[in-house]
Amino acid sequence: MKQQAIDTKTNFPDSGEADESLFEYLHAEMVNYVLSRQPPNSKDGEEDLTPLESMGFAVGYRIMERLTREWSRFKDELETIKFICTDLWSSLHRKQVDNLRTNHQGVYVLHDHAFRLLTNIGAPNSSQYLREAPRLLAFTCGLLRGSLANLGILSTVTAEISTLPSCKFHVQVQRT
Amino acid sequence: MSRTGPRLDAKKVNSELFTLTYGALVTQLLKDYENVEDVNKQLERMGYNMGIRLIEDFLARTGSGRCYDFRDTAEKIQSGFKIFLGITPTITNWSPAGDAFSLCFETNPLTEFVELPDHCLNLKYCNILTGVLRGACEMVQMEVASWFVQDQLKNDSVTELRVKYVKRLEDAIPAGED
Repeated sequence: MKQQAIDTKTNFPDSGEADESLFEYLHAEMVNYVLSRQPPNSKDGEEDLTPLESMGFAVGYRIMERLTREWSRFKDELETIKFICTDLWSSLHRKQVDNLRTNHQGVYVLHDHAFRLLTNIGAPNSSQYLREAPRLLAFTCGLLRGSLANLGILSTVTAEISTLPSCKFHVQVQRT
Repeated sequence: MSRTGPRLDAKKVNSELFTLTYGALVTQLLKDYENVEDVNKQLERMGYNMGIRLIEDFLARTGSGRCYDFRDTAEKIQSGFKIFLGITPTITNWSPAGDAFSLCFETNPLTEFVELPDHCLNLKYCNILTGVLRGACEMVQMEVASWFVQDQLKNDSVTELRVKYVKRLEDAIPAGED
């Protein structure tokens, strides 16, 4: 974070590139907006984050179309997932996914020890905002699902948080 | 690990992420509200919420102090666009009283990849910017109003955002500041 602040101060390229803090603030507003439209009588605090997920899907689908334009075809599913964990993730979130696990039967677990959208809420390892944190992941779940969909992989993506700011994305590929 | 294509440029990807996310948000709002005017209002409100936070980033990064006059403000707003959107709008059309000016955008990252369909003629696609300006200026005790005069999405040659000084917010200065 600190490094970034210095970078932008010394070097302003006039190239129409948005600063990354803008995305974080915009994302926060989207979460607020979706929550503000929740019906008040929802049962046991269950929140409907579908709109966030579907916006993420649309973004993931489109961004993948642009990013992979000059790439050759991915060999297989694993290579596609690796592309997401390394290249896509580091461009979007300044770091790679820390750990990728798979059972080789269509289940992939992407583990990020310090997910960008979670790093600014609460102290590390505190459980203060654990209940609210899933709201911040719905968009990214959709983004992953959309990215994969554009590369021909239909999937279900869910997220899991045990301690902030670390989280796991579970990708379940749908076989037909 | 073997590469199968060119390296991705993180800054560019981030910028496209922002542009596309904004597009997805506008699409969602158009789905949720029947009235385009309501979408404009909602975008302005979200921009306001972003502006009151962005001003802190801006002040921390530039280390700038209070503005001497509205011309100074105009230049700072211009540099804000440079820092956050990477563009430099030109400042033109000062009112004789010096209390209003226009920001002209040749390019705008928000509207990259965007075309307005016919039924959205009243949509102010970039209306979030007016909210950002209002929120950011309010945090430095200044009330401004802004609106779009020209819009490239509506076939104007440039996008022109008019900014007008409304009043100084005296009460908001915390005790001991002056």
